[in-house]
Amino acid sequence: LPASARLGAAGKNPSDPYELPARGNVSILHFTDCHGQLLPVYFREPHINLGVAEMKGRPPHLVGKALLERYGIDHPGLLSHAYTYLDYVKLAEHYGRVGGFAHLATLVKKVRDQRPGALLLDGGDTWGGGSGTGLWTHAQDMVDAQLKLGVDIMTGHWEFTFGADRVREIVENDFAGHIEFLAQNVVDVDWGDRIFKPYTIREMNGVNVAVIGQSFPYTPIANPRHMVAEWSFGIRHGEMQDTVNNARADGAEVVILLSHNGMDVDIKLAQVVDGIDAIMGGHTHDAVPAPLEIKGPEGGTCLVTNGGSNGKFLGVLDLDFRDGRIRDYQYRLLPVFANLIEPDPDMARYIEQVRDQEVTYDGQTFNMKDALSEELAVSEDLLYRRGNFNGTFDQLICDALMEQVDAQIAFSPGFRWGTTVLPGMPITFEHVMDQTGLTYPAVTRNEMSGAMIKEILEDVADNLYNKDPFYQQGGDMVRVGGLQYSIDPTRSIGERIGDMELNGKPIAPNESYVVAGWASVQEQPAGNTGRKIWDVVADYLRDHETVSISELNEPKLRGVEGNPGVSSV
Amino acid sequence: STVLASAREGFEAGSVSDALKSVMGSDSHDSGDITISAPELAENGAVVPITVESSLTGVTDIAILAAANNNPLTSSYKLGEGTKAYVATRIKMGDSSDIVAVLKANGQLYSSSREVKVTIGGCGG
Amino acid sequence: MSSIRVRAQLSDGVTNVRALISHPMETGQRTDSGGNTIPAHYITEVKAKVRDREILTANWGPSISRNPYLSFQFEGASSGDTLELSWVDNNGDSDSTQVQIR
Ligand SMILES: [Mn+2]
Ligand SMILES: [Mn+2]
Repeated sequence: LPASARLGAAGKNPSDPYELPARGNVSILHFTDCHGQLLPVYFREPHINLGVAEMKGRPPHLVGKALLERYGIDHPGLLSHAYTYLDYVKLAEHYGRVGGFAHLATLVKKVRDQRPGALLLDGGDTWGGGSGTGLWTHAQDMVDAQLKLGVDIMTGHWEFTFGADRVREIVENDFAGHIEFLAQNVVDVDWGDRIFKPYTIREMNGVNVAVIGQSFPYTPIANPRHMVAEWSFGIRHGEMQDTVNNARADGAEVVILLSHNGMDVDIKLAQVVDGIDAIMGGHTHDAVPAPLEIKGPEGGTCLVTNGGSNGKFLGVLDLDFRDGRIRDYQYRLLPVFANLIEPDPDMARYIEQVRDQEVTYDGQTFNMKDALSEELAVSEDLLYRRGNFNGTFDQLICDALMEQVDAQIAFSPGFRWGTTVLPGMPITFEHVMDQTGLTYPAVTRNEMSGAMIKEILEDVADNLYNKDPFYQQGGDMVRVGGLQYSIDPTRSIGERIGDMELNGKPIAPNESYVVAGWASVQEQPAGNTGRKIWDVVADYLRDHETVSISELNEPKLRGVEGNPGVSSV
Repeated sequence: STVLASAREGFEAGSVSDALKSVMGSDSHDSGDITISAPELAENGAVVPITVESSLTGVTDIAILAAANNNPLTSSYKLGEGTKAYVATRIKMGDSSDIVAVLKANGQLYSSSREVKVTIGGCGG
Repeated sequence: MSSIRVRAQLSDGVTNVRALISHPMETGQRTDSGGNTIPAHYITEVKAKVRDREILTANWGPSISRNPYLSFQFEGASSGDTLELSWVDNNGDSDSTQVQIR
């Protein structure tokens, strides 16, 4: 695949970042992992995103300066701010918020006007988690926004946490005739028959383009299985090859995979499955400025992309397909800066109206906008989540858990969603819902042995750092409060975690510790306190009025000297 | 019958090797052209789908073992004339384990293995 | 109603059989809420036949999942042939069913 315009001028800070003339005859627009963020937000990219084994130093495992160097992006500037955490607060104050569906809608229209027939793909994690309005309307807020935005095709992950019945209802009713929900890797647990259509073929300027859907393979493991008890997932790369072959046999000339695998999994998939031209990827929330060109098993090239998160980016892939093959391509991951784009009035009106609505949730009736705008406390520090280990907002959640339910240790999931709060900003209930809004919010308090705590940390670390990406789940490391530890990501399961201490004393394998947590995947969570995570965090904030994160409890890192996936701040 | 008794013995065996001696008559085998399809991560340790397939001809027996189970042998299959070297079933796994598939073809044993991880779950992105 | 649900589909000369059997497949290792051991109760053998031809014999131990699934493939059958599937468990209980290959 000869590519004349790989990154092109993308690395330089352009005078108009949205001036992007079309190239070729096949165009794919892609956004992913917006996590229910209808309004513009702040979102800080990670300073730790470690790759191990063959993934070391390979995108997306580059942070800060290493990322900018790899893609030739100047700093400081619009693009360096979009793709990295560098000088985050200063540049966030300068460039303002990112994303928002009204701004995204304007950008989609502009890009589409230059690309007749272009398809808009939504990679999933659209209905949540991380949104109060999504939770309270059972995703109706996002479903109607997707229809308004003109999404053509989607696949899913957090969508499934609304339950199989709700997914079916939306796909069969709201989406019918408008949005195709595709997944080649979701089957019924009894007979193994597919639940969703695996692929669709659309004609674009005379070219038959197949889009295959791949939902998050580990949904029933990373999220509660009981919500999709009759469905089985998995990577199913053998079936993926069959699906590609079937699509080609059906006349597909270009094959696009809309994937929620996560980027490392997508890269390996491109290495083992023949015949995919491009993967529009999500789940791992990696904002990767240019595609990786991956060689397939038969020598073909697959472009592997990942589209960031939280509504921050719109991916645009233009392909020049002539005489039976792709001659050239152009890809941009356009950052959506709210200050640089006029909001689409129709979408803006819709968002205002959907938020200013009364709902009943858990026996209480309230106006969503009123509830979300409550100012709970003021933050003295920058609050963010994304990164392999504790972010400052995670630290706050862990602190809240330990204080509110009287625990020695807190565990908080390594979700990659959750927006950022600038220093001095009031922390609203909306910020809390951005970090905690999901359909299984029970806060738990359990006694655990030191050995069990170690086992949990080792298990999660292996899901993050297994040398074989097909064994990775694509979440970040579980966040911890109280407990301190060291981690060597380059080692194997059972050998990564060390130096476990609580208040300066080693954790004893046989001793018992009180551990608070939330988002248990069990249907009946052990140690359920009866409280919900957002109430625990909100109560903590109301009690404290101002919060500062004096010490960020990051583990001691071992074995990663010189790894460009880590940078100290 | 004695044949049945010995066929059942394999299920009591505490190691892959003992189980194979019992069910296949030997534990020495070559690596063969065998494909094991299984999830990399089990969604539910109580129901792990396993498919064993091979292009080898003359396959008369297939055994599926979960090496880390206390009794590794899960099942064995006698194939009639014209039956393909293809079996799919679902097994219980207590812990992460190598899944071992052993085939007998023209009296010769072949094997292949593949790791299935049983994880605590949760904490996903 | 039979404990066995089976589908047998012929395509390009190969019959693909998929079967689901209702059975507890108790290992004998579990205890009930009163702390009593739940006795082992599992299928030991599944047989598939077309007329008198033995297609497959499965020997199962207790680590086959509850409500077990079995799939296999064979050549040489015709559409309309009858496939017979039967099982026996460790208590000596048994069941069988017949299905037409389609
Ligand atoms: Mn996501
Ligand atoms: Mn996801």
